[in-house]
Amino acid sequence: MSSTSVPAELRYSKEHEWVRDEDGRATIGITSYAADELGDIVFVELPDVGARLTQFAAFGVVESVKAVSDLFAPLSGEVVEVNEALRTQPELLNQDSYGEGWIARVSIGNPSELDQLLDADAYHELTGQP
Amino acid sequence: MVPFAGYEMPVQYRSILDEHRTVRSAVGLFDLSHMGEVLVSGPEALAFARYSLVSEPGALEPGQAQYSMLCTDDGGVIDDLIVYRTAEGYLLVCNASNRDTVIDHLGVLAGRGDFDAAIADRSDRTALIAPQGPRARELLAKVSDLPLDDLGYYRSVRGRVAGVDCLVARTGYTGEDGFELFCDARQATSLWTALRDAGEPMGLKPCGLGSRDTLRLEAGMPLYGNELDREHNPFEANLGRVVKLEKGEFIGRAALAAIQQTGPRRRLVGLVMRDSAIARRGYPVHVDGRPVGVVTSGTASPSLNERIAMAYIPAERARIGDELEVVVRERACRAEQVKLPFYRRSR
Repeated sequence: MSSTSVPAELRYSKEHEWVRDEDGRATIGITSYAADELGDIVFVELPDVGARLTQFAAFGVVESVKAVSDLFAPLSGEVVEVNEALRTQPELLNQDSYGEGWIARVSIGNPSELDQLLDADAYHELTGQP
Repeated sequence: MVPFAGYEMPVQYRSILDEHRTVRSAVGLFDLSHMGEVLVSGPEALAFARYSLVSEPGALEPGQAQYSMLCTDDGGVIDDLIVYRTAEGYLLVCNASNRDTVIDHLGVLAGRGDFDAAIADRSDRTALIAPQGPRARELLAKVSDLPLDDLGYYRSVRGRVAGVDCLVARTGYTGEDGFELFCDARQATSLWTALRDAGEPMGLKPCGLGSRDTLRLEAGMPLYGNELDREHNPFEANLGRVVKLEKGEFIGRAALAAIQQTGPRRRLVGLVMRDSAIARRGYPVHVDGRPVGVVTSGTASPSLNERIAMAYIPAERARIGDELEVVVRERACRAEQVKLPFYRRSR
């Protein structure tokens, strides 16, 4: 089971995606809270490299055994890399959502969008985790 | 927890995949107390059951059971159920969501045919706990003295399990060996706890609705509301063998005889996805870009490492090995027709 702790260095969307800001590029994924809520994830539909994401718009799909859920981009930008491992090991999203379970790397189109995301404390509060 | 036919039911206790694999490899414990139990008794119980059901309950000796259905006059399926012949009469175990419909329907039929038979809804007073999996027999042997080796598939016997008086049936909905234990609802907790404690050293885990669905789908078993409803008949669902036209008059007989004569218009088929996508209930099925049918159930199969589905398509297109397209989020994904069931246990 994944940890429910919320890494302090990341930014979060209300749709339960996280962003790691890496000097003009960002790695994005879903939070362990989201992965736990979805249950066993069995399929991930990744965006294409080169796809342009729009902040808060759908950019991919995760499927658990029971349900299909959209992935919402936490910020705008162009996809420069996707986590190919998820095609064969979607369970990485449950096992290590902030590490091996990253979803995509994006060139940040508009750095000011990061200001519209939550910090760890605010996200922690949003999910009501102890 | 989710609301389900008036009950609060767990989709999973911990993990659907883990619960699914536990039933395939060891033993899982299901609380199915939501299921409907309707007892038909009285001097004309058999005549009434033969008139109401599409199967032939007259073939049942005491202690035997059969899969059956109630159909409309048009041959559509009102419910699928298991009928157990017990010392009291004929016990119909129906889907929880159809319980009231079944009771009402039987009441109307009993009046129509003027049968001397009593219909009693035993659902609220009856709990149903089902240990399912290759180690279910071993588990039951630990907590009862019943002669389990003599209890064949679709057989039942009354006896005590962990001190609780039960109707013990060798039936299930998982594709594995297993049992369904009907007991007085007031003793359900005690039976559940005893089975759980005795089973934990064998790897037993409690299992919810999620794994129940993936297990039955792998086993190619229909789910009422998905594969079965009033718009589909038993022949379309590959269940024509259940319909006993030769037994004489029964509800739906004329319509079902005509369907058997001409062959069904549609057929339920098994699909394995060849493109990387999961087919889900309601997704359209296409051939050469044109809609021909619809997916009834689909998932990522936990046992087979395939993405499996069932779908209704025109009968003339049903052919094992042929490819179809399932439209997943506006993308046509290739799917191959395969023989059902997807999963068959080794015996």
